[in-house]
Amino acid sequence: MNSHAPEHFSLHVRRYLYVFYALLFGTVITVGASYIPFGHHTLNIAVALFIAICKASLVACYFMHLISERKMIYGVLAFTVFFFLGLMFLTVWSFGDFPRHTVTR
Amino acid sequence: MQTASHALPHPAPAAVHHHEEAGFWRTYVFSTDHKVIGIQYGVTALLFLLFGFGLMLVMRWQIAHPGEPVPLLGPLLAALLGQMAPNGVVSPDLYNSFGAMHGTIMVFLAIVPLAFGAFGNYLVPLQIGAPDMAFPRVNMASYQFYFLGGVVMLVSFFIPGGAAQSGWTSYPPLAVVVPTDGQTFWLIGMVLLITSSLLGAVNFIATVIQLRAPGMTWMRMPFFVWAQFVTAFLLLLAFPPLEAAGIMQLMDKVAGTSFFLPTGLAVSGELAKVSGGGSPLLWQHLFWFLAHPEVYVLILPAMGIVAEIIANNTRKPIWGYRPLVFSALTIGFLSFIVWAHHMYLTGMGTKIATFFQTTTMIISIPSVIILTCLFMSLWGGSIRFNTPMLFVMAFLPMFGIGGLTGLPLGFSYSDIHLHDTYYVIAHFHYIVAPGTIFALFAGIYYWFPKATGRRMSEYWGRIHFWSSFIFMNLIFQPMFAQGMAGMLRRLADGGLNYSTIKVPEAIGGLTSFLISLHTYILWAAVGLGLAQIPFIINFFWSIKHGELTDSDNPWEATTLEWQTPTPPPHGNFDHPPHVYRGPYEYSVPGHEADFTPQNEPERVQTRPAEAKPA
Amino acid sequence: MDIPYTVQPRPDTGLYNAKVGIWLFLASEVMLFGALFSSYILLRVGAPEGNWPLGWLNVPIGTVNTLVLITSSITTVMAWASLKMNQFGKFKLYHALTLCLAMTFVAIKSYEYHDKFTHYEITMADGRIFDGHLVKNAPDHIVIDGRAVADRKELFNLHAAKDHSHQQITLKRSEIKKLENYGPWHNTYLAIYFTLTGLHALHVIGGAIVIGFLWARGDRLWKTDPERFTNRIEISGLFWHFVDLVWIFLFPILYLL
Repeated sequence: MNSHAPEHFSLHVRRYLYVFYALLFGTVITVGASYIPFGHHTLNIAVALFIAICKASLVACYFMHLISERKMIYGVLAFTVFFFLGLMFLTVWSFGDFPRHTVTR
Repeated sequence: MQTASHALPHPAPAAVHHHEEAGFWRTYVFSTDHKVIGIQYGVTALLFLLFGFGLMLVMRWQIAHPGEPVPLLGPLLAALLGQMAPNGVVSPDLYNSFGAMHGTIMVFLAIVPLAFGAFGNYLVPLQIGAPDMAFPRVNMASYQFYFLGGVVMLVSFFIPGGAAQSGWTSYPPLAVVVPTDGQTFWLIGMVLLITSSLLGAVNFIATVIQLRAPGMTWMRMPFFVWAQFVTAFLLLLAFPPLEAAGIMQLMDKVAGTSFFLPTGLAVSGELAKVSGGGSPLLWQHLFWFLAHPEVYVLILPAMGIVAEIIANNTRKPIWGYRPLVFSALTIGFLSFIVWAHHMYLTGMGTKIATFFQTTTMIISIPSVIILTCLFMSLWGGSIRFNTPMLFVMAFLPMFGIGGLTGLPLGFSYSDIHLHDTYYVIAHFHYIVAPGTIFALFAGIYYWFPKATGRRMSEYWGRIHFWSSFIFMNLIFQPMFAQGMAGMLRRLADGGLNYSTIKVPEAIGGLTSFLISLHTYILWAAVGLGLAQIPFIINFFWSIKHGELTDSDNPWEATTLEWQTPTPPPHGNFDHPPHVYRGPYEYSVPGHEADFTPQNEPERVQTRPAEAKPA
Repeated sequence: MDIPYTVQPRPDTGLYNAKVGIWLFLASEVMLFGALFSSYILLRVGAPEGNWPLGWLNVPIGTVNTLVLITSSITTVMAWASLKMNQFGKFKLYHALTLCLAMTFVAIKSYEYHDKFTHYEITMADGRIFDGHLVKNAPDHIVIDGRAVADRKELFNLHAAKDHSHQQITLKRSEIKKLENYGPWHNTYLAIYFTLTGLHALHVIGGAIVIGFLWARGDRLWKTDPERFTNRIEISGLFWHFVDLVWIFLFPILYLL
């Protein structure tokens, strides 16, 4: 982490606090949104995941300093995320794709 | 070559080094020096390689002579393993456990620790001009986890019920319901081994990123380092899903969960007392998500070794350095999205099968590019046929055969016929045995003088090479035919019950000729085992009595590991070496010597007309 | 020759060694938890309609635990920021808070686990099904605080359950066919719940041990090599934030959806 002079850190501290409040707010609306009947359950999942991704991004970007981190780290994480999504989607796809009818003669 | 990299500021050490004489334990057992750790990995891995080979010999006996007591070893097996080997006969359960453990030990305890743990640890810091790995204590820990994992795997042979018996692939429900704790030991052993690999991978990647010497840009690194770098990434990102799966199967075995046990599972005629709801396919996906990148872990370091030895023994640069590097990176990337070609016969639909078939075909391209570049590197070279070079030259066509025979397996249509047959065994053994292992042998003969200051005997090296080469081919060639005729894997009687010998009227039964091939394969395997004896003797004898090398750089090589004292001291270099050129500056026109080390300063040009820029 | 860039960043990458190391390690952890999340999805999608438990976890308790971890995240980053601003005393305070919050999290989780382990589903020999918490455990009978259900399926979706009343019920052991508590063996939902939260809790404990060790022994290293110590706090903090990150996904997936 590039060494900032101690005096400048008060700016950073304020940013951390804002992120903290945002995370608290995010938690509250996640719980609240889970009680809203969206009709189809898939929408609940989408909303919950969307909020979770926002919260996770805040933690990663600001608490873990990713937003000012080096390209090298971004590169490693980009590949990781790609492979994780690959594992998840390809596995789910393969569970769903199987022959559903048999040919009998 | 003027590069933008000015001398990187080297921070002054925080304290002056006082190298007190460390005792025996700190120097040889609990060392944090990457060279010592590399040798620890190497010796342990070679012992496991020999042990795994022994398991295979017992299996091949049983296949060729089903139900007959094993000669020589029979009484020992009966004494050690009791009911599993009654009267020295290999029982089907014992055959299965030897089969599962042969695969596990060869892949996870022998080849990867040798190729990555031993060669990687010893050479990567040296070749990039670093004093050690980035995290020496983590390095020591990674060896210790490996050792522990190996102990757990070995101990599992002696518990009641025997070692894991469900293939190195440990497919549930079988792996979970077989009544032995051996599978539990296997799972615990795997968790330990995976931890070792993860720690090692973090170390390798951080070291290559951070500790390259001044002037060692990415494109000046030896291809060996690139290969190890990609290998480390594969281990880092592909192993954790198997660890997760291992934890889940451990829960299934120990905590009674049903991650992989389907509803309605019946065991021994009774409904199993589990909750059900699990999926055996889930295990397969998680297992192969690792196990496919794992095969590139097995081959990439070998390709790295081959590249180094070819450049050195042809006295010319590797042909196609950039294509080699980009192919290695591409293989690394693509290897994560091809895994289900091991699962074509699980009932998957045509769309997903087509996806995996496509990515599998694409990944063959960078593999061919790498092999082509290595072949082309021989063209116009002034070839020195020493023992390392012999092994490396054999690697090229052997890996070619192994790789090409993989194509019918990669196509889902032809795989229907070939899946789970001896064809598969022949395919992957061609890649790993006369492929990777030959490259590893080459590496041992090649770098032995750097570690010890003595050469291994060329005479016995050639005997080792020719006999291994001949016998390996004799073992695995027939298996292609057996597999195409339909002989399945993992049959404890060698397919006898499916043959026309036992069932003369069977249509499509295995012919007696195919069954008789088992006897030839057994003799070839014994021959291969005998062929290793000169190697083992040569290796140990040469440490103390081998011909002394006359210099620190007996092969006249350009890479940095040869520019150190022999053996390299703790810390490797007195001062960080400065790198001025690429790794394969052999036979450069205008230079006196036919090689220029990477760290040799630019020569003063006395005759500017003749000098060419490096 | 010493290993360079252990504290000073390497100019072309801008990173010191341990930072590269921890991010690589976290990448592998993403794959580890990612595989478990993928397994969760597969097991749930593969379950027949109506066969997946809903509402089995206490949302208020889970929310409190979420807030506990989020707070511990801000105290962690503030601890590091305090060191950067040369305020060692504040660092000690913030990380003391972090450790307290970590222990709170584990304590709450233990309470939740205990609640599951004392919750039983009982099938009687005559086919009746009871479900509830074990109140008394005698040699010949048990007493549960729960209810009877006509069909096992009623036990799954607690959101849809109309009647949440429960009373004390005594059952004779001799009449019981099957007695099983809500452990990971009970169904795949509980299996993946215990595995995911258990692995996560192990990471919480591990991270807390490392932070605790640095907190306790920090005085000495801060005096001899303050920058190296600050880096160690940063590295352990990165691990801690990751643990928080995993929970941010775990909470909605297991408790809310």
